Amino acid sequence: MAESAAGQGPSKLPRELGKGSSGWSSSLRWLLGHPIWAFVVIVFIFFSLMTDDFFSLGNFQNILVQTSTLGLIALGMTLVMINGNIDLSVGAVVALAASLTVDIMGWPVFESWGNLQILPAVVAGLGAGVLLGALNGLIVWKTGVDAFIVTLGAMLGVRGLVFVYTGEQSFFAMNFAYADFGASSFLGLPTLAWVFLVFTVLVHIVLSRTVHGANTYAVGDNREAAVNAGIRVGPHMMINFMIVGFFAALAGITLSTQMGASTPNLGRDYELWVITATVLGGTKLTGGAGNIIGTFGGVLAIGILRNGMNLMQVPAFYVLVILGAILIAVLFLDKQLNRQGEEGLRL
Amino acid sequence: MSSIAQKLTGGDLKGLVARNGIFIAFIAAMIAFGIGSDKFLSFDNLESVVRSSAMIGVMALGVTVVVISGNLDLSVGSMLSFGTVMVVDLHDKIGPGPAILVMMACVLALGAFNGFLIGFVRLNSLIVTLGMLSAIQGLTLIYSGGKNVDIDPSTQDTTWFRVFGRGDIAGVDMPIIIFFGLALIVGMIVAFTPYGRRIYAVGGNSTAAVFSGIRRRRVVFSTYLVSSFCVGVAAIILGSRVMGSQNNVGQGYELLVLAAVILGGTSLLGGSGSILKTVIGVLILGFIQNGLLLLGYPYFAQWIVTWIVIILAVWLDVAAKRGRLLSSIS
Repeated sequence: MAESAAGQGPSKLPRELGKGSSGWSSSLRWLLGHPIWAFVVIVFIFFSLMTDDFFSLGNFQNILVQTSTLGLIALGMTLVMINGNIDLSVGAVVALAASLTVDIMGWPVFESWGNLQILPAVVAGLGAGVLLGALNGLIVWKTGVDAFIVTLGAMLGVRGLVFVYTGEQSFFAMNFAYADFGASSFLGLPTLAWVFLVFTVLVHIVLSRTVHGANTYAVGDNREAAVNAGIRVGPHMMINFMIVGFFAALAGITLSTQMGASTPNLGRDYELWVITATVLGGTKLTGGAGNIIGTFGGVLAIGILRNGMNLMQVPAFYVLVILGAILIAVLFLDKQLNRQGEEGLRL
Repeated sequence: MSSIAQKLTGGDLKGLVARNGIFIAFIAAMIAFGIGSDKFLSFDNLESVVRSSAMIGVMALGVTVVVISGNLDLSVGSMLSFGTVMVVDLHDKIGPGPAILVMMACVLALGAFNGFLIGFVRLNSLIVTLGMLSAIQGLTLIYSGGKNVDIDPSTQDTTWFRVFGRGDIAGVDMPIIIFFGLALIVGMIVAFTPYGRRIYAVGGNSTAAVFSGIRRRRVVFSTYLVSSFCVGVAAIILGSRVMGSQNNVGQGYELLVLAAVILGGTSLLGGSGSILKTVIGVLILGFIQNGLLLLGYPYFAQWIVTWIVIILAVWLDVAAKRGRLLSSIS
């Protein structure tokens, strides 16, 4: 088990039960500790039996690429939410990074750079995401205003920036290598799937094996105790906001490589989907609990449901109802299993 | 300082500014826009601002009640889509009166479901209403089959349903009357009745409220009924004004409405805030938009200004409570 002891929270017990034993019973216990993975397995089997096209390598690759956008942001959101914060501005950052990147690579300054013109554009897009994350984090740190309000404001404001910057226009990538990247493959897997998987492993290691990861749980679990333990809570939270900003920007860039274009409305409602995926994965809004394995499961659950129901030709509407119902059901089950979570969120 | 001024300020000018920062900012902005554009303070312009804010305003009234009781409602945007699509679709099929009744019943049922899960099962309000946001959006699309709906063009000018969005009483537009009328009623209930005091008690200190004999579950449940009722009224205004509806017409409103509530100064912690503050918050959002447009800024510049204003407003509020400008986070 890759989880460190830092993986606090109610789901700790079943996970420890899973340690040491082997075979079916331990797998079963592990699944009970990560209810979302039990759900992923069930829908996986369900769609494999119900449709002809679901169970194929090509379709699995599809699912990974389709969910990579949500998934990348959810990685960062997990850190921020374990901290006990939240970031509602990620959807707007997606649009900002995509618009900046696609626009800047067409600037006349870089005309003679060939395919290298993509580089400064991507750096600018990612930089904007990190910068806005830093700004959110700095405001949360210095003003003491709740992250929900700070990032709600940023959600509106950054979206406004995007519309003002783009003049409400869509941009098209002038360099075809950019769109080619979105469609490319590496070692038999789509490159975008690699990007998602590599970052998932990376963030998992950061969260479970590093001091920063341990601090993330400590700050979310008991902020006062974290301060007393010598953690500089402000800068720590700021770094996590920068990480989620980076991932939102990266998601915007990967999304625009798939389309070869950007629109100012890109990423609308993403904040809500990302939070749904993260909460499905077992991360608590109150902070202190959650992990990347769960978040990855939450992202896959959404991806498989959307893909499978699409293959079954169920209208997309029903997916919305089912996802909403699952979110509430997971919350209900979680409450029944962990009575100590009684008080719920107090913003 | 004269005695009147002392009475007004409570002898503490700094405290007055901190407590009423949003009112002062509101008046300052009005003066600035008035100087910047000669059209801004004309009656026609002020009326059009209030009219276009009325729908968000009506929704914000209900959300304020939910927020005072210490919870959130993110499902109001989807619910607005649902209600508007339903009332517009049913208008031609069963007539305006029954259409309104059926729609209100359905919206109240959705609100009751929210209230049941949050009040009685005591689940986290943010996640429940987030789930409902998605589910109701799906319900709307299932109901309409994904198609836009509209009222038969030949009856649009004759149906009495048009009165809610397009009518007026003595020259004052109906949406404005509905908004201020509902604000007055909800405001009176929240401020002056035992029920209103229970809402504050539950939001302020939930445990203490229970020990003093307040039925917390029922109070929380009822706040979601109020919220969904307000959404239903907003849906009637919108449907009547547009005489048609898209399936996603309310998309994103949940957070815009919440922004108005926060801007007014109602705390997300619960237990404080008021309907009057929310009305001011709604009007500020409306006047920022209108004033910037009249000064020649692009439409979306208002969102950037809203970003700054929200954070400054809440910062001022938080700073006044702790007595220091910056937080003590290390």
